[in-house]
Order: sequence, then C-alpha cells, then structure tokens
Amino acid sequence: MTEPVVQIDKLWSVFRAAGRDAVVHQDLDLTIRQGEMLSIVGGSGSGKTVLLRQILGLAHPARGSVTVLGEPAHELGREGAASRVGMLFQHGALFSAFSVQDNIAFALRELRTLPADLIYDVAMVKLQMVGLDVSAACKMPADLSGGMIKRVALARALIMDPPLLLLDEPTAGLDPGSADEFCALLKSLHQELGLTVVMVTHDLDTLLELSTRIAVVADKHIIAEGTAAHVMAQPHPFIKEFFLGERGLRASALLQTVPKSA
Amino acid sequence: MIAPGPTLTLQATADGRSAVLGGCWSAARLAEPANWARVTQALSDCATGQADSCHWDLTGLSRLDHTGAQLLWNTWGRRFPAQLSLEPGQQAMLERVARFTKPAPRPARVSLTALFLKLGEGIWVTLDHLKGLLRLLGQLLLDLVKLLRAPRSGPWRDVSGNLYHIGATALPITALVGFMIGIVLAYLMSRQLRQFGADTFIVNILGIALIRELGPMLAAILIAGRSGSAITAQIGVMRVTEELDAMRVMGIAKGFRLVLPRAIAIAIAMPLIAVWTTAASMTGGMLAADLVLGVTPAFFFATLPDAVSIGNLWLGLGKSVVFGLLIALIACHYGLRVKPNTESLGQGTTASVVTSITMVLLVDALFAVVFKNVGI
Repeated sequence: MTEPVVQIDKLWSVFRAAGRDAVVHQDLDLTIRQGEMLSIVGGSGSGKTVLLRQILGLAHPARGSVTVLGEPAHELGREGAASRVGMLFQHGALFSAFSVQDNIAFALRELRTLPADLIYDVAMVKLQMVGLDVSAACKMPADLSGGMIKRVALARALIMDPPLLLLDEPTAGLDPGSADEFCALLKSLHQELGLTVVMVTHDLDTLLELSTRIAVVADKHIIAEGTAAHVMAQPHPFIKEFFLGERGLRASALLQTVPKSA
Repeated sequence: MIAPGPTLTLQATADGRSAVLGGCWSAARLAEPANWARVTQALSDCATGQADSCHWDLTGLSRLDHTGAQLLWNTWGRRFPAQLSLEPGQQAMLERVARFTKPAPRPARVSLTALFLKLGEGIWVTLDHLKGLLRLLGQLLLDLVKLLRAPRSGPWRDVSGNLYHIGATALPITALVGFMIGIVLAYLMSRQLRQFGADTFIVNILGIALIRELGPMLAAILIAGRSGSAITAQIGVMRVTEELDAMRVMGIAKGFRLVLPRAIAIAIAMPLIAVWTTAASMTGGMLAADLVLGVTPAFFFATLPDAVSIGNLWLGLGKSVVFGLLIALIACHYGLRVKPNTESLGQGTTASVVTSITMVLLVDALFAVVFKNVGI
C-alpha cells in the first residue's frame, strides 16, 4: 500500500471570535491516498473550507497534525509549493493585474531559470488542456466569464503538475451546462494525470459523478467516509437530510437512469 | 526524500548514438540553475549533428512532467524522433504536448505611427479626466441644491462619520508636522534677522507665512495624502466588488451618497484643520523665537494683531475650503474611474494623491496672485 498523500491526525481547529474560542474540528482524523478523488461534504459552517485550508497550511492546527506529501502542512507554503499542491479557489483568485497567460505562467516564471519561449509553450498547452482557446491568452481576468475563470484558475493550479489538487466548490456559480463540462474536464484530468484530488462541494451531481470516496464533516468530526452508497446508508440526520432529501433523491435517481438511457 | 535531478547521458552504441534520460524531469528540478545549465548543454549536444540518428531512451526517467515533455518536444524540433523508446504514460503526455503546441504569435512591433497615436490617446485621456471632473462638480452643485431643498433627507450620518475620519483623526499628525515646521522656520529666520538687528520682525514673518500660506497648505497636503488616498481606495474597492453597481441597481445616487457627504465633510474639516495646524506651527515658532531671540510669548501675542491683519486669516480659511473641495472631488473622481483590478486601484490612488497635491499648489499660486492686495 502506498504512502498516504494527506494524513490528518487528531486535528483541532479553533478560532477566537469575540473573545471566546469556537471549535470547528475536534479530534478529526482523515487519510487521503494517492489517486483518490475525495469529496468533503458537510453543512454550512461545518468547517469544510477550514479543513481544506488546514491541508494547504493556510490555517494552523490548534492540536494534532496535518501531514501532506510527507511533510507538515505548514511547511508547504515555502518556495516551489506550486510543484507540490495546486489549489482551485472558489472564486478563482486570479491575479487581476495579469493577463490569462501571465496568470498561468506565473509559478514557472518565478523559478527564474526557464526561458520565456518554453514557459509560453507550457502555458499554452495547459490553457488548451483545460479546454480554452489560445485566443483567450491575452485577455484580462475581468473580461472572463465565470466558467472561463474557473478553467484558467485550474490551468494555473496545474502548471507545475502537482500530484495533489484541491478544489473549493469547483462548480459553484456555473450554469448546469458549464458545470457538467467542468466535471468532465476534472474527471479526464484526474485519469490522465493520475492526480489525487480533494474537493469541497455542495453540488450533489458533481459529488456523485466525480468522487471515488466521500467524507462527511459534521459535529466537528468526519462522521462517515466511504463510497456514496456506504455513506448514504449511515443513519446520521445530516446525511439523511443531504442525500435522501428531495434534491438528493432527484440527483441519485438521475445518476441511476443515465446508464440505462445510454 | 529528494528525487535525483534530471540527467542526460549521450552514449555511443553499435548503430549510432543513444541519449539516455534519467532522474526527475519536472519543472521544479529542471529550473535549478545547475541542473538547467547541465541539461540544456547536453540537449544541444544531442540535437546537433544528425539528430535523427540519435536514439532517445526515456524509459529510465523517474518522473516526466509537462514542462520536461515540452522541453524535449522543442528540442526535437516539434516532431517525434525516428528512434524513441518510452512508456505509455510518457507517450500520452508527449502526444498531448504535441497536439497543443502552437507557434507563438509574433510580438507587435512599435512603430512611429503607434507612438504618435499614443500621444493622441494621452491627450484624449486628459480631456476625458477634465470632463469627468467637470461633470462631478456639476453633479455636486446639483446635489447641494437638492440638499438645501430637503435638508432632512441628507446623508448626515455619512457626513458625520467622514468628518470624524477626515478631521478628528488627523489632528495629531497635523499638529506634529505644524509644530516642527514652525520651529524650523523660526530658527532659520531668527539667524537672518539677528544680522540686521530686526529681531522683533520674527512676529511679522511667522504670522504672515504661517497664517496666510503654510498653515492651510500643510494641512491640505497632509489631508490630500491621508484622506484623499483613503477616499479613492474606498470608492475604488467598491467598484472592484461591484458595490457601486449594487447601489445603482437600488436606485441610490452615488453622487448624493458617496461624493456629497465626503465633499461636505472635507469642506468643513479642512479650514478647522488649517487653523489647528497654524496654531501648532505658531506655538513651535513662538517657542523657538523665545529660545533663540528672547522674543517672549507675551510680546508675540501683543504684536501679532498689528503685524498680521485679520484679512490674512480669512484668506487662509477661504483657501482651505477650496483646497478641501478640490481634494474631495479629485479623490472621488479617481475612485469612480478605478477598473475592477488591483493594478488600476493602485494607479488610481497614486494618481489621486499626486493630482490633488499638484492642484492644491497650483490653486494656491492662483490665490496668491488674485488676492495680492488683501491683508498685506
């Protein structure tokens, strides 16, 4: 069995708000293995994004440890981090002062050794890999649509072929067509590049279509993890509400009818 | 655990040459200066001569990423070499690179015509700024009329908030700067005056210079740097986060809710701060005069009304109101023109401060010429 990509051990996340401590995670354990496509789900404010930030080293564990690719997560942010982890932020977080091409090439340029023409070629390959046309290269982020922003942000996250890719709400704010396309793109990249993908999502369609494993965060813990069928069978109120509510039934019904009609 | 760096060894085999790749050909490892120098040297050795006679062996690589694949592809002249052994994953990656690599567009050349057109563009932009300022001023006047007709509906909470931020919080810094300038001016002047035995004229010099010119001017420059930049940045961020659009959609006029309260607040605060700065600088000057020349504060106060006529004070106050309005209008103007990106926000804030300080100095010169018969 291969070494886990992310190992979270007895994690406590605590925030000080208005003079008192708000505990978001309490003794949370999670292991993410190579090649997985893990979805983290949970209610609003259950600490999904905080968990993602812990993996990225943007938040610090109050207790416990987060190990990513064999090192503590907070050491991840040093030079060359782009070759270890890629992150797709919810709103893209593109550098608004740079063109699309410069956004994608930024991490490579910062290495300061590679020649400009090689960097240009690599950036153009990544731009087309995420399904955009070369003509978009000179546009500014302000001129892009929501779907294009996500794609450019994905290309930027993948520029150095990191083995681990984190996605925060990858399909939020996209229309259903774009969301489906984006899902297909993520799926193909996951297969082609052998990425380990961790994503936070609310979107049941995305969740059921993409993930190989689902982890449910509630009550400051991971209350269930496993395949969709395994997780849905758990008797927790949040899971019932989330998967077996009206929307959940609709989504899973759709999922089951797809193979028949195809 | 550190993977071995990229290597490339050229071997002579029975049927020609063989280039054997090894180690980790990833962007991060390739970009290490020592590795990069070594690899590019080895690649150029392999590519020269009969490139096709060379057998490329990629099977020994521990890792190949898209940057490494692109480097190989470019070295091969963007086609697969005749003799190549690789693994299926590498094949797929190279094929992807091959499919998506397109020739780079030629960079546009800068011609004389383009430079000439750029000059014209600059002129248009300047005219556009002037037009925008004029429109903002007109809108401000209309809003003032509207306010006078219905004073109860005015944005008074915004006015008082801005009054606090622009006026009250600026008191310490303006006092400190004024005090220092007063000391410096009095000290330098006293040495000159002593040569002529005209010690008592220090009161006239400090009085005229500080009340008429330096007090209002220092206050205006400080407020332009402090509050002008804040106003531009605040309105600019509202543009970036689409708050301005949200206001517009709700039918709230940005002139009435954003520009007017700031203009009113600054027009009230500016003369007060000018007086405050003048007072602080007079105190500094008085202290220095006492220490260096022995001109006592009592004498200073007694002679000041005769030395400086009251007209100077009114002129200083009047100027301050104009300076304040200028600063508010310029700051709002640049804030409203910020485009939704960080660079434009920075440029707008810089331009706002530079323009308002320049305008303050220009208008001050204008005042000096127009009112040359007042108070002296």
